[in-house]
Amino acid sequence: MSLDTPTTGCLHTPVLRERGQREVFCGLTGIIWLHRKMQDAFFLVVGSRTCAHLLQSAAGVMIFAEPRFGTAILEEKDLAGLADAHTELEREVERLLSRRPDIRQLFLVGSCPSEVIKLDLSRTAERLNARHGGAVRVYNYSGSGIETTFTQGEDACLAAMVPSLEETTDTNLLVVGALPDVVEDQCLSLLTQMGIKNVSFLPSRRASGAPKVGPNTRFILTQPFLADTAHALERRGGERISAPFPFGEEGTTDWLRAVAKTHGVTLETFEAVTAAPRARARKAVAVHAETLRDKTLFLFPDSQLEIPLARFLARECGMRPVEVGTPYLHRGLMEPELALLPQTVLSEGQDVDLQLDRHAALKPDLTVCGLGLANPLEAAGYATKWAIELVFTPVHFYEQAGDLAGLFSRPLRRRALLEGAQA
Amino acid sequence: MKLTLWTYEGPPHVGAMRVATGMKDVHYVLHAPQGDTYADLLFTMIERRNHRPPVTFTTFQASDLGADTANLFKRAAQGAYDRFKPQAMIVGASCTAELIQDDPGGLASTLGLPCPVVPLDLPSYSRKENFGADETFLALTRALAKPCDRTAEVSCNILGATALGFRHRDDVTEIANLLRSMGIAINVAAPLDASPADLARLPAAHFNVLLYPETGEGAARWLEKTHAQPWTKTIPIGAQATREFIAEVAALANVSADVDEKNLRQPWWSASVDSTYLTNKRVFIFGDATHAMAAARVAREEIGFEVVGLGCYNREFARPMRACAKDYGLEALISDDYLDVEAAIIAAAPELILGTQMERHIAKRLGIACAVISAPVHVQDFPARYSPQMGFEGANVLFDTWIHPLVMGLEEHLLTMFREDFEFHDAAGPSHHGGKATPAPAPILEPTPNAASQMIEAAQALADALHWLPDAERELKKIPFFVRAKARRNTEKYAAEKGVTQISIETLYEAKAHYAR
Repeated sequence: MSLDTPTTGCLHTPVLRERGQREVFCGLTGIIWLHRKMQDAFFLVVGSRTCAHLLQSAAGVMIFAEPRFGTAILEEKDLAGLADAHTELEREVERLLSRRPDIRQLFLVGSCPSEVIKLDLSRTAERLNARHGGAVRVYNYSGSGIETTFTQGEDACLAAMVPSLEETTDTNLLVVGALPDVVEDQCLSLLTQMGIKNVSFLPSRRASGAPKVGPNTRFILTQPFLADTAHALERRGGERISAPFPFGEEGTTDWLRAVAKTHGVTLETFEAVTAAPRARARKAVAVHAETLRDKTLFLFPDSQLEIPLARFLARECGMRPVEVGTPYLHRGLMEPELALLPQTVLSEGQDVDLQLDRHAALKPDLTVCGLGLANPLEAAGYATKWAIELVFTPVHFYEQAGDLAGLFSRPLRRRALLEGAQA
Repeated sequence: MKLTLWTYEGPPHVGAMRVATGMKDVHYVLHAPQGDTYADLLFTMIERRNHRPPVTFTTFQASDLGADTANLFKRAAQGAYDRFKPQAMIVGASCTAELIQDDPGGLASTLGLPCPVVPLDLPSYSRKENFGADETFLALTRALAKPCDRTAEVSCNILGATALGFRHRDDVTEIANLLRSMGIAINVAAPLDASPADLARLPAAHFNVLLYPETGEGAARWLEKTHAQPWTKTIPIGAQATREFIAEVAALANVSADVDEKNLRQPWWSASVDSTYLTNKRVFIFGDATHAMAAARVAREEIGFEVVGLGCYNREFARPMRACAKDYGLEALISDDYLDVEAAIIAAAPELILGTQMERHIAKRLGIACAVISAPVHVQDFPARYSPQMGFEGANVLFDTWIHPLVMGLEEHLLTMFREDFEFHDAAGPSHHGGKATPAPAPILEPTPNAASQMIEAAQALADALHWLPDAERELKKIPFFVRAKARRNTEKYAAEKGVTQISIETLYEAKAHYAR
């Protein structure tokens, strides 16, 4: 149906830029899924009790198998003298590594307080790398709220890994973004069937599987929030393949087509590989589109997935986006998406009280928002979809297109169910 | 610097949020970076609150740091007043804003807002959530309470309940009903559901009932000093403590202590023969000091358990906790490191753990029964039903929730008699629970330098010196899982005392006879 939908696109739509209270997570939150993706990695946040509490609360249901993340909590004595803080941090790292000999990658993650006191984690990382000589690779990045929002933490993490990837002159394809293992396998299978060789993933499941990069590397993003990682790969000689993001049947097909084009895959092969999963995806989405069609949609800024999701919900599910908010708008990466997105209101940044006023005036049928807003909006009579589920659930590529649509139709079906029962 | 994997308490500004969110017509302007808004979801998701917490975060960014975070704060404070028109505001800084030293209190005072503005100075790098709540309630009380005449009829305030507290909502209801049944009026219950105007008339009460010392003792002490209001020291958790509480209140209010106990079922449930099997079950108790100390008393005196471990995570209450533990012949575990707690639990080999959400996870890992008695809380600790911990109904609730996780009496006997039945074996877990039991994994011992792990190391060294003969090892496996750890420990201790290095079936049964109770 995507081909018949008339769109004028949002490439030239003016953007409402706002600056005020932001109801979003900071970049530390990415650790919740990154530490599961990289099975030999440990994430050590250097921060405050607030950082530790955030990670614990964002994890919601505590993942209590000893977590592969922790917080080195700064105390008053650390704030008093900086030299002390470096020594203390190194001591905590040594303790950690001796308790967890299975760790191969250690991420020192900067936070708001560590940034404000200008604790130089790169120096500590350098020293630790020298000491552990290859047994453990120590990286550092910032997940602080003064510099990153929510999913930008993953971008900062992956970008930090790029400089130490091994150099290669081979022709290869790098698929970038932390995907659930099952989705990664599906993606690899589609690419392999099209005859594309030398495919690797960033991040890899283990340090030993880390991809190589060089002047003959092409790479493609699976997530829209990976701008810094893309720049870092370009600096290493990689060439980015521009495409919409692989959400829904249309997004996945466009994404695969962009890869196929750059790799000289024939139209016949492309059709042969994608025809069956495309049909499955369309069929699966159609079930949910019945619930979603012609419903209005309001997206609060949260995961940075808002624009691709609005495009999917509008073009494949027939929804009508009335405002699409995003924490920040990276035009370079978003161009193919904006070209497809039907005319709507775009907003960047947030002043949550003003945005809630606009929301109340528009009375959308479905609201996509963070956990802090969801229950208050439900109590005020709105159907909501909390956005964090979108980064915790397999939603990419053909076989998940129906599940993705289902995440949005379920709140509406549930409402109907409960209202029906009460009537 | 201290490595933390899971924490029992959040930072102090989250404590301040618990007070602000529990109250009405208060607004909190918090100088904080993006991301600190995560704390909203504690209230909207865990507690299922249907309104946003009344908190405005200034959300400063790196680019603001060199520029003008002070004006950002002033704009946010003015904007919050204009939009929400609260009766009173509190202003403060989160951990990051504390470092940039903008002085929210001073900045807010320059705005000349037409409502009381209470500045908070909460040290984020040395104190924690409970301190933050207690300090905030004290600051609000100090700023808002006005001298006034006592009410004509005898009345009291109920102090300490906050948002996100463990069963605070139901405890306040239960205790308020109890007090009313004694002819005592409730002047104000605060902070939960109170407004600044309510705080102004706190001094009208004849005395204060303090339910949660962790979050209300500062205010209770200040009201005693400033407005000559005595406050209750007994926490009414358990049947006996509730009776003592009634006596204490009756003396303060000069009313009769004769209270109808017809709905108190716990003592009979505990005395009835079906509960015989509960005798001397080994229980490990950990939580906030108030709940843990109260639970220890109920466990020993009202249910007949043996308390084998007792502690709390809030250092502020280390002294009373240590004294209390001594009474049980124990050394109190005062720690906010869950690895220490886990090590102590492994060493004590309890049959039941009464703890927090953290201990619930530890119990799950170790395959030990567990009930939650204290914050930190989980969405499951906010039940839809009425479920207080305090008063007579609270005593009933404690009996039910602590007993339910255990293998029941007759089932325990059957397991002992037919140990190797392929369906009805001990690894299947209590039969009245759903789900599929999994055998307890071998405990992972953490080499942390503390008393608990030293105890384990000592036990380990002892076990290394001893050798279990294959027959004895097999016999040990026939003992139901919930007492197996104890049997192993006792046998090894007995063998070591007797200088036996090889443990046979005989050693096992000699030890059993030796430790028979």
